[in-house]
Amino acid sequence: MLISMFSAVESGMIYALMALGVYLSFRILDFPDLTVDGSFVTGGAVAAISIVNGVPPIIATFYAIIAGFLAGMVTGILNTKGKINPLLSGILMMIALYSINLRIMGKPNVALLNEPTLFNQLEGIWEALGIDAFFNGILTTLGADRLPGTWVVLIVMIFITFIIKFITDYFLKTEVGLALRATGDNEKMIRSFSANTDTLTIVGLGISNALVALSGALVAQYSGFTDVNMGIGMIVIGLASVIIGEAIFGTKTIARTTLAVIGGAIVYRIVLTLALKVKFLETGDAKLITAVIVIIALIAPKLIKANKEKRRKKKRAMLSSGMGDNHA
Amino acid sequence: MLKVDNLSVTFNEGTLDEKKALQKINLELKQGDFVTVIGSNGAGKSTLMNMISGSLKPDIGSVSINGENVTILPEYKRSRYIGRVFQDPMAGTAPTMTIEENLAMAYARNKKRTLKFGVNKKRRALFKEHLETLHIGLENRLNAKVGLLSGGERQALSLLMATFTEPNILLLDEHTAALDPSRAELITKLTGEVVQQFGLTTLMVTHNMQQALDLGNRLIMMDKGQIILEVSGEEKQALTIEKLLKEFQRIRGKQLESDRAVLG
Repeated sequence: MLISMFSAVESGMIYALMALGVYLSFRILDFPDLTVDGSFVTGGAVAAISIVNGVPPIIATFYAIIAGFLAGMVTGILNTKGKINPLLSGILMMIALYSINLRIMGKPNVALLNEPTLFNQLEGIWEALGIDAFFNGILTTLGADRLPGTWVVLIVMIFITFIIKFITDYFLKTEVGLALRATGDNEKMIRSFSANTDTLTIVGLGISNALVALSGALVAQYSGFTDVNMGIGMIVIGLASVIIGEAIFGTKTIARTTLAVIGGAIVYRIVLTLALKVKFLETGDAKLITAVIVIIALIAPKLIKANKEKRRKKKRAMLSSGMGDNHA
Repeated sequence: MLKVDNLSVTFNEGTLDEKKALQKINLELKQGDFVTVIGSNGAGKSTLMNMISGSLKPDIGSVSINGENVTILPEYKRSRYIGRVFQDPMAGTAPTMTIEENLAMAYARNKKRTLKFGVNKKRRALFKEHLETLHIGLENRLNAKVGLLSGGERQALSLLMATFTEPNILLLDEHTAALDPSRAELITKLTGEVVQQFGLTTLMVTHNMQQALDLGNRLIMMDKGQIILEVSGEEKQALTIEKLLKEFQRIRGKQLESDRAVLG
């Protein structure tokens, strides 16, 4: 149980980057961008094939970011210059990327089993520091009988994810960032203040998909392979993280919301792990469970709100009719 | 300052819905001119505004600002010279962003947008100073989301955002029409003040004749895509609603007669 929770948080941290990308397109630009299903794999494919060909993992990861950025830009160009509706632009790009990803990898699946990755490279330095022993020592004293193999993934991912969160927070408050947010909020208005909304949409989708591809590259290195089908349903997972996070942690400020998105990505992984522990559910049911989680996250807040409102009105009605005085 | 030359546009050309929205419009605004535009629905007032701002392109004719021909310049480039307030109070501001963020976006209108913070200490002080001139207490709510403001407050903010960077041309498109009478009066008053303060060259479309008479030094009346009446200076000062209506009937009545002759 402890181990599976631990890996749920680990992968939650990695997928949080993808969720941040989805947040940028879906919430900031108000653009339901389905490119994600393709660009996630593109990130994994570019990283994997580069690593297999001897490129250092960190540079391979960087290539993946650029590939994702380009993919997002194409979607943006289809939408703004080609005047294709946002959903359709994303779907077209997603389907095109499927073939492109196959071309990049040359086969449906690239394994990284005996290759260096960002994580196992750092593991060497890690052991010398003795941090694993330290954390596992704490867990042992807390009474854990099985211990996580390494803490390197979790700590490195917390580090990377939060750096990107802080950069995102900063960027969205810059002059360009404000214009980007306004493009999603009131396009007509920001155009009347001399912002080129076409360019902003293209760049915004580029950044969004760059984050998604980074996440894909890290997932490939974490799980030791890239599969051409590993992006299926990725947009829904991203949306799940955004919606769950916003519902639980709130959206008061940008910094709070990006934190909520990261939190949502982790909560989603934990819920999924717990759901898969149920006897009659199998791994193949993961997508179905995801859909159900998203549906619940969408409907539950509305029901809770309506219920509260109903109770409040009832109370007021009782008070005004005089029935609610002392004993009510 | 602003020159509109022989501007014409036809919508839905060649169909049953064909509409000559503008027909050979000529108009010139000098530095500091404040022109009010009146006319019935479909007279072409808003179309003229959209041609000047660049959100629509004419079939023939040209628009120049400061002697530069801007007819084919895209809207976002042209808005470096132009401040706009729309009829819909929701249209001129970004609802999920704060008051100071909205002002920061407006502040960047005639500058290059960079990767520096949009709101800093110095700018915050400047925004506060400008908000105070509105006298509706927005200066104490810099971090409030604009979506929470009332229609009147949002329109006042839109007006400030369009003007405080001193655009070459200010376009007001029935910007008080969607407000209740007292709010409309406040915005009308603020409009007069702000235009005078910055000496802005202004073109204002309105449905309210009284407003058209109270504000500005020139008045034009449009009908069926044409300018049918132009008054300025003292002549405008002496104008009343009654005279305006009579004038309208005189001009259009004549046309009615000639139509009858053709049909007769």
